Amino acid sequence: MPTVTMTVNGMERSGNVEDRTLLVDFLREHLGLTGTHVGCDTSQCGACVVHVNGTSVKSCTCLAAQADGAEVTTIEGLANGTELHPMQEAFREHHGLQCGFCTPGMVMSAVDLANRNPDPSEHEVREWLEGNLCRCTGYHNIVEAVRAGAQAMGGGS
Amino acid sequence: MNDFTYHAPTSLDEALAALRGAEGAKLIAGGHSLLPVMKLNLAAPSDLVSLAGVPGLADISDDGDSVTVGAMCTHAQVAGSATVQGRIPALAAMADGIGDAQVRNAGTIGGSVAHNDPAADYPAACVALGATIVTDRREIGADDFFQGMFMTPLAGDEVVTAVRFPVPSRAAYAKFANPASKYAVAGVMVADGPDGVRVAVTGASGDGVFRVGEMEAALAGSFSADAVAGISVSSDGMLSDTAAGADYRAHLVTVMAKRAVEACG
Repeated sequence: MPTVTMTVNGMERSGNVEDRTLLVDFLREHLGLTGTHVGCDTSQCGACVVHVNGTSVKSCTCLAAQADGAEVTTIEGLANGTELHPMQEAFREHHGLQCGFCTPGMVMSAVDLANRNPDPSEHEVREWLEGNLCRCTGYHNIVEAVRAGAQAMGGGS
Repeated sequence: MNDFTYHAPTSLDEALAALRGAEGAKLIAGGHSLLPVMKLNLAAPSDLVSLAGVPGLADISDDGDSVTVGAMCTHAQVAGSATVQGRIPALAAMADGIGDAQVRNAGTIGGSVAHNDPAADYPAACVALGATIVTDRREIGADDFFQGMFMTPLAGDEVVTAVRFPVPSRAAYAKFANPASKYAVAGVMVADGPDGVRVAVTGASGDGVFRVGEMEAALAGSFSADAVAGISVSSDGMLSDTAAGADYRAHLVTVMAKRAVEACG
């Protein structure tokens, strides 16, 4: 089987996988990084969002082979040891979750937004989260968390 | 999904050789049209040839009276391009409304037009703006390119390299989107360009994108929402699904056309 090699959360990782292997399956099944979830498997729900070369993508609609040689960041790569990433801390502080299934994708998507737009408005957050579905919360606290997290990451007042 | 052999060529010639090397080979760009149909086993290519490593396919250039967008430009690149925003803001806005942020980060213009999904947004923009699809061997006008659901004149080993859009004097796109996928239930692009007023509809018909000649003639006489308000399209051949029935889709075409004309300012 072909070998794919990518830098995942700062560490070079390789694996022998079938060419049809999806990036999310490589992360979960081969690397044991089960923080990235599979919800719909049809690129709609956003539970599988990871960063590839700094940009958020849906890892259920990306082949592992397409990420060969790339820098990949998953939810496991955000925290600094036991210190949560500011966006994770904001989700905890603002209770931006209930069951938590969508949360890894929400956080990864939100970090990409904050990197592009350090002080997003409520409307901008809601627009950006179009591709992240939450069946519990009604989004209110998620939006609060994303705005607070973006500011904590160094955004405006 | 059936297994296949993945190829990562680093030049157009290598990509063409890989395509010609296997009968069931298909190109993959962002994969956001192809991978979903492969998961459903609606497509089962023997080989996938990635264009990601082929240089020179993701440039956007202002050619004066037209803007050329490289086939590997993502929807996010088109939406965020100062050139596209400045010259054809309707095209940037349309790209910004495709799918969601992560879909726009991966999906490409070349993949979208080559796939010719009947509910994709780009076919309406290409037809209304009178775009030209540029391939490795020829140029094809949009009117001749989109030949019905998933049908194009592309040869099996032909590579879309760019899409060239004439700059219109005014244009706008209005879409009634599926709430989950953001695909067009009915999307209408209205453009007043070098070839006159063109009205192109996507998402509504089972045959894919189509023009509404009666609306184009009316807008040529009077460019106002009122001019198209009384013009309806037949529901014959319209798609019908859980999002919208055929009659509703036909109705939406007129509503979206009015909104697009109003948005032209």
